[in-house]
Amino acid sequence: MNVMNVSKRSFEIRRATRASRVAVVVLLIVAALVASFPYWAGRDTLRDFTQIAAYLVFAMMWNLLAGYGGLVSIGQQAYFGIGGYAMLVLANYGGVSPFVAVPIAGAIAMLIAVPVSLVAFRLEGGYFAIGTWVIAEVFRLTVANVSWLGGGSGTSLTALQAVPRSLRESLTLWLALAIVAASIGLLYGFLRSKRGLALTAMRDNAVAANSQGVDVKRARLGVYLVSAGGAALAGGLYFVGSLRISPDAAFSVNWTAFAIFIVMIGGLGTLEGPIIGTLIFFLLNKFLSDFGTWYLIGLGTLAIVVTMFFPQGLWGYVSRRFGLQLFPVGRRVVFLDTGPSVLPAPKESAESADPLHAAP
Amino acid sequence: MSSLVNILLQGVLLGALYALFAMGQSLVFGVMRLTNTAHGDFIVLLVFVLFVLTNWAHIPLWAAVPLLIAIAFGAGYAVQYTILNRVSGRDPLPSLVVTFGLSIVIQNVLQEVFSADPRSLATGGFESMSVALPGGIALGLLPLLTLAVTVAATLGLQWLFGHTPLGRAFRATSDDREIVQLMGVSPRRTFALAMSIAFVLIALAATLYAMRTAVSPSDGPALLLYAFEAVIIGGMGSFWGTFLGGIALGIAQQAGFYFDPGWGIWLGHVLFLALLTVRPQGLLPKTA
Repeated sequence: MNVMNVSKRSFEIRRATRASRVAVVVLLIVAALVASFPYWAGRDTLRDFTQIAAYLVFAMMWNLLAGYGGLVSIGQQAYFGIGGYAMLVLANYGGVSPFVAVPIAGAIAMLIAVPVSLVAFRLEGGYFAIGTWVIAEVFRLTVANVSWLGGGSGTSLTALQAVPRSLRESLTLWLALAIVAASIGLLYGFLRSKRGLALTAMRDNAVAANSQGVDVKRARLGVYLVSAGGAALAGGLYFVGSLRISPDAAFSVNWTAFAIFIVMIGGLGTLEGPIIGTLIFFLLNKFLSDFGTWYLIGLGTLAIVVTMFFPQGLWGYVSRRFGLQLFPVGRRVVFLDTGPSVLPAPKESAESADPLHAAP
Repeated sequence: MSSLVNILLQGVLLGALYALFAMGQSLVFGVMRLTNTAHGDFIVLLVFVLFVLTNWAHIPLWAAVPLLIAIAFGAGYAVQYTILNRVSGRDPLPSLVVTFGLSIVIQNVLQEVFSADPRSLATGGFESMSVALPGGIALGLLPLLTLAVTVAATLGLQWLFGHTPLGRAFRATSDDREIVQLMGVSPRRTFALAMSIAFVLIALAATLYAMRTAVSPSDGPALLLYAFEAVIIGGMGSFWGTFLGGIALGIAQQAGFYFDPGWGIWLGHVLFLALLTVRPQGLLPKTA
């Protein structure tokens, strides 16, 4: 055995793959293209992108919570709605520009998430999921019963009335682009870091991660807070775009349903999954939503089939099949010479099979 | 004072219905660790099956209900055996997503076939009959029947789990589904049987629910939340706990309704969250 031959070979540790370098370039080009939309694209395209952005960020946050944190929640719509209403209150009654109010709403949601987590974390597994739904319902019913927020029928965002429409739509688009870019960038950076590795370990086996020094409780709380903040960003953005909010629209469980479908179809626990899932979801939405209930039936059936037979989702399947990673979070060993990775044993070792006399 | 007593009594009667909703869920989670997000939608689905039997097929109610129970038994077995057995494991995510998908599919299929209008069941006036108590309190006969059915169901389940071979199989499979195969028990069939019994309970709940109010295809999620809250308030693993949990929820909601119709359901949810914070194991916990 010539183990020492391996250590003589030169290698390096790489993070990026060729596919990921291509992906970064493509994404930058796409981002520049989208940023130029207000100058040439139609109003529908602008509104579509804002909606895609809201769905995407919300789905990414659900993915962070479930795919990386291991916490399956059906109640993230609570923070989506809080984001929307907080933005509205700040803009309408606080005199803050709605575009600035959206990040503030995100911070407010994170603050609210702290006491909520004390209650929600009493439950585990499937019951945690439904418990978070109950919490979302409490928020919905509370807001629906408060008349100065518009009660059950909702209210409108009046703070932008003085702004000309094309300027408002341009600013909304750029806000959407900024939020999406920040979300993807920050998440990617986080997952590449030591904390991100701890998160992945925690997802795979919380007890084992704990034994390796990962503070599971704190990591879970951290993920829950970040997910709440991100969901609120998505909510604030969505309602800046749609200008009208109501409790049923803001706190609807359909948001989480769509996020679940996006993530499961795209690929749970990957960064690329929600992006691909959102694109597929939006295309289906565009072309089939005229069919109303049939579209939803199809979506539900697709989610059932994908979960039962392709639990890794579309991207997970492709990634495994072709070894592609557009957002690589791990490290790979790359040998730089072109020698074989397993060297043949030299002839002498057949005669000196005695371990006491083997080559050092 | 009499209004307080009235709130309590009406709350108990409302809670009995919630407890019946919750029995099926308690059974399913206890045996299979399955979080069935479509539980409420299954109730609504069986309500509409009952409508089909009584309104379209013109089967009288006294014959339609046993027929519904038989259909429910078969349907539960089929659903568990074909779809849900694949996802009844330790990881909650697949069962959640699949049942969530089922929930959306059921709601929209019902809406497509029956339209979104609420419908109710014709019982020939039974739903408005009541017995009068001193102090101006009236107890409806239908709610009293619901209470009787719920108590009977709880006693039945308690007896089934504690004193029958099937109950032993349920408890053993719930403890360890691999080892139980050494004893000749098939986990897949046991789970399917558990789901069929849960569906029978759902059928009973559906009948009483449809007699009480008008039902629309989108009612499912609300019923799921009540059932789930009743199970948690009562404590997992105990059928009498679930019964008490349903009663507690009913009283909380009734008290909320007394103050303002908009806050009734809210108070129920808040009571649930408060109890979860203070006593997360529930009122009568056994091992989960």
